[in-house]
Amino acid sequence: MKLLLKLFAVFAKVGVMTFGGGYAMIPILQREVVEKQKWASEEELMDYFAIGQCTPGIIAVNTATFIGQKNKGVFGGIFATLGLVFPSLVIISLLAGVIEAFSHIVWVQHAFGGIRICVCVLIVNAVIKLFKKAVIDKFSFVVFLAVALAAFFTDLSPVIFVLVAAVLGVVIKNAGGKKA
Amino acid sequence: MIFLRIFFEFFKTGLFAVGGGMATIPFLYKISDSTGWFTHQDLANMIAVSESTPGPIGVNMATYVGYITGMRESGVFGAILGAVTATLGLIAPAVIIILIVASFLKNFRDNKYLNSAFYGLRPASTGLIAAAGLSVAASNFFPEAFTLASFNWKGAILAVVLIVLTNIKKLSKIHPIVFIALSAVVGVVFSF
Repeated sequence: MKLLLKLFAVFAKVGVMTFGGGYAMIPILQREVVEKQKWASEEELMDYFAIGQCTPGIIAVNTATFIGQKNKGVFGGIFATLGLVFPSLVIISLLAGVIEAFSHIVWVQHAFGGIRICVCVLIVNAVIKLFKKAVIDKFSFVVFLAVALAAFFTDLSPVIFVLVAAVLGVVIKNAGGKKA
Repeated sequence: MIFLRIFFEFFKTGLFAVGGGMATIPFLYKISDSTGWFTHQDLANMIAVSESTPGPIGVNMATYVGYITGMRESGVFGAILGAVTATLGLIAPAVIIILIVASFLKNFRDNKYLNSAFYGLRPASTGLIAAAGLSVAASNFFPEAFTLASFNWKGAILAVVLIVLTNIKKLSKIHPIVFIALSAVVGVVFSF
């Protein structure tokens, strides 16, 4: 029980100190989880991150589940993950209430008008970054373009694109006995 | 029962969004379109707040969407319940999958079929985010209609400035929160 609470507390701390998630979390995990608690080695942490990237869900959540599971089984995984999301729940709930209450004020609306432009730019930058890693040949470029256009101009669920792309990836890579 | 629906929608998001927080954005737009719980404008605001607060972006956005949806349905109590159900829904698939994966970790990374699935998945996920970005841009640069008269010139100028600033090597280490704050000030000063 003590270790479960400790997992919850340490990952809550990681959650508070992470701005943006993903890679921003690595140095904090190194200090809290590897150096202070010794719950995982440096190499294990990198492995968890790599696997977290290629399994569904938020990478930070995947990593927390892995480390919790390794140290205290299934409940360890659950407690570490709940710890990680706990600060988000508290902070966003407080903020959302405040922002809703002030949202009718004109200058708040102007501020968000400016902020939304910045959000467009942040998404563009995220796409550029991901594009460099994901689009490595003609096939992946065609998939990128087809999905981007189809998702923009149709009402199809993103789920469909994800499933079709996964199947296509397997078929193309493994067809005709070519090496994967 | 709206809270079951919230859980289900976010469970779906957590299961199919591959590659971190930004990958959930296309799913959130889909939820907006199919349920009407919140508008595209609401969503863009939520993305900005989620980027500017502690915690993983994907988790923050789920909490925020759940909170607002629950609040519009049944007040403060609904808001808290909505925030919790959305967040639990988002993380549930990942927790289940990782707990299973952890038991046969060694073979997982070298699995040929899994790696080839991701060969298709990664560009698709990137394409989905690009499409979501286009939707955000469309609703911000053409707020009323797709005509030159309603084009948001002030916004376009700010966007160009921000694209240049965020892609200068020396400035790329600066946290997005700085640019978000800057844009808020510009928005107030030039009444966006």
